Amino acid sequence: MSKAEKPGRARATKQVTEQVTEQAPGPGDGRRPARLAVRKTYKLYIGGAFPRSESGRSYPVTSSSGDFLANAAKASRKDARDAVTAARKAFGGWSGATAYNRGQVLYRVAEMLESRRAQFIAELAESGTKNAREVVDASVDRLVWYAGWSDKIAAVAGSANPVAGPYFNISSPEPTGVVAVVAPDKPLLGLVSVIAPVIVTGNTCVVIASERAPLPAITLAEVLATSDLPGGVVNILTGSVAEIAPHLAAHMDVNALDLAGVTDGAVAVACEQAAAENLKRVLRPAETDWFADPGTGRMTAFLETKTVWHPTGV
Amino acid sequence: MTTSLADVATSNATLRTFLHGLPGVDRVGADQRAAMLATRSIKTTAKAQAIDLAIGMVDLTTLEGADTPGKVRAMCAKALHPDPADPSVPRVAAVCVYPDLVAEAATALRGTGVKVASVATAFPSGRSSLDVKIADTGFAVAAGADEIDMVIDRGAFLAGDYVKVFEEIVAIKAACGAAHLKVILETGELSTYDNVRRASWLAMLAGGDFIKTSTGKVQPAATLPVTLIMLEAVRDFLAVSGRKVGVKPAGGIRTTKDAIKMLVLVNETVGEGWLSPDWFRLGASTLLNDLLMQRQKMATGRYAGPDYFTLD
Repeated sequence: MSKAEKPGRARATKQVTEQVTEQAPGPGDGRRPARLAVRKTYKLYIGGAFPRSESGRSYPVTSSSGDFLANAAKASRKDARDAVTAARKAFGGWSGATAYNRGQVLYRVAEMLESRRAQFIAELAESGTKNAREVVDASVDRLVWYAGWSDKIAAVAGSANPVAGPYFNISSPEPTGVVAVVAPDKPLLGLVSVIAPVIVTGNTCVVIASERAPLPAITLAEVLATSDLPGGVVNILTGSVAEIAPHLAAHMDVNALDLAGVTDGAVAVACEQAAAENLKRVLRPAETDWFADPGTGRMTAFLETKTVWHPTGV
Repeated sequence: MTTSLADVATSNATLRTFLHGLPGVDRVGADQRAAMLATRSIKTTAKAQAIDLAIGMVDLTTLEGADTPGKVRAMCAKALHPDPADPSVPRVAAVCVYPDLVAEAATALRGTGVKVASVATAFPSGRSSLDVKIADTGFAVAAGADEIDMVIDRGAFLAGDYVKVFEEIVAIKAACGAAHLKVILETGELSTYDNVRRASWLAMLAGGDFIKTSTGKVQPAATLPVTLIMLEAVRDFLAVSGRKVGVKPAGGIRTTKDAIKMLVLVNETVGEGWLSPDWFRLGASTLLNDLLMQRQKMATGRYAGPDYFTLD
């Protein structure tokens, strides 16, 4: 019996190895044609969906060595407008959610990111990030860190004020609204470090991803889309910063502007000037070590203070 | 044909013969034509003109149980100066309210050229006796309404009692006196496009000055194909009877894009003769803010935000 079984087993093992090797695209072996590579289409992330750019445009993304990686959607100003509409629509629900709930959702994003770490390490390496593993670790840690802040920021940024009258006087921080964010050219850690502080306090955002390396941003969008984050809280656009950012800066339904990723001084100044029209809060671009402890600055930059006077009942 | 039109309403049988003798509506064709016309791209100066025209055609409407005199006064102020910061914005065509608030609106709009329209006849269901409907209309007219928006009896229409619907419209028209009569067909409850065409003809035969799609209380309301069919009916009625009737889509028109699609439909179906507030109106409340935001966007280049316009 054992002699009769052996060839059969050997055949079965061979079939398995064949199936495994067949999964990777490559040249045919003469008997079967080569398997087609399934290339991913990178799109925008607006209102919880992944639409193509309204303009139909795309641009090629290359690796650090100049090899073609994929085409990314090149967002137009109408996509930016749609994203602002989606963010505004999501604002009521997200800002009204309990801080505890927002913290849970952010922690869930960290979990999902952790479960995709291999994919992110590969994508970051392709985009020329040397220490991809450390970057992914730091990004997950950053999300967990900000998740913890959700129900603590009010204690730090708010206060009970002593007043000369029979009143309780309490100041509490409230989200400012829709924040337009230009993400820095640090594909994952920079992106997470600008999104998390904006949304943890209850704002919603429209993010323009790094123009050079937008692919990890869209992969992050897939993480966000599967993390209990309501659609529209984070909207990610890919394309030209110089083209889209000024429209977001001038948009009257945007409440604040984070220019972290604007490298062109002229564009930054133009954005800040356009933002003055409706007194948007503006966070200027600054040299930042994204691995360092971020502090609360990025959260408090996008908060308003509400002060309530309440009779003590004397 | 003109002589025969006079005899059409002599009995339910003749009305039925006439209305059912109208050519049937090709549903797929109507949907496709409306969808095709909706793809027209209106840009720059044409868009600016279209926005101003659309603002001038708006019947600014509030038909809520919670309407107060204060809300009506605020709406009248908005009708006169849609964008207080920009005096170049045209006034809207009319303000549309419930009969008990007509006096309030008439006081606020006296001498301005903005009309006061009032819904009447047991709006929105139309389920009451003819006496009550006539009294309702008379109350609104006496309070100063320039235009009456009546609802037809959809129950009678669907039951095939066309002459009842006809006579009701005639009676209300008589009660209107000098006021213009708009006849609301409530197309969302008429089930078929054939019925929309028949109801349009019935309303025009009975003497309606305008035919209006919907009350705004029933979905679907003013869809493009339904408006197209009504515009065709108006065009054909003019050819047959020599009398020009206006059209008012109402309900569900919320964006500038929707409004411009309607204008394209008018221009392509009945021509420029109807592109005026005298012959085409848009019944809406939130639409006006979107038109103003688009107008501001065209003037300043910045996308506008709803924070800077009054709430409706």
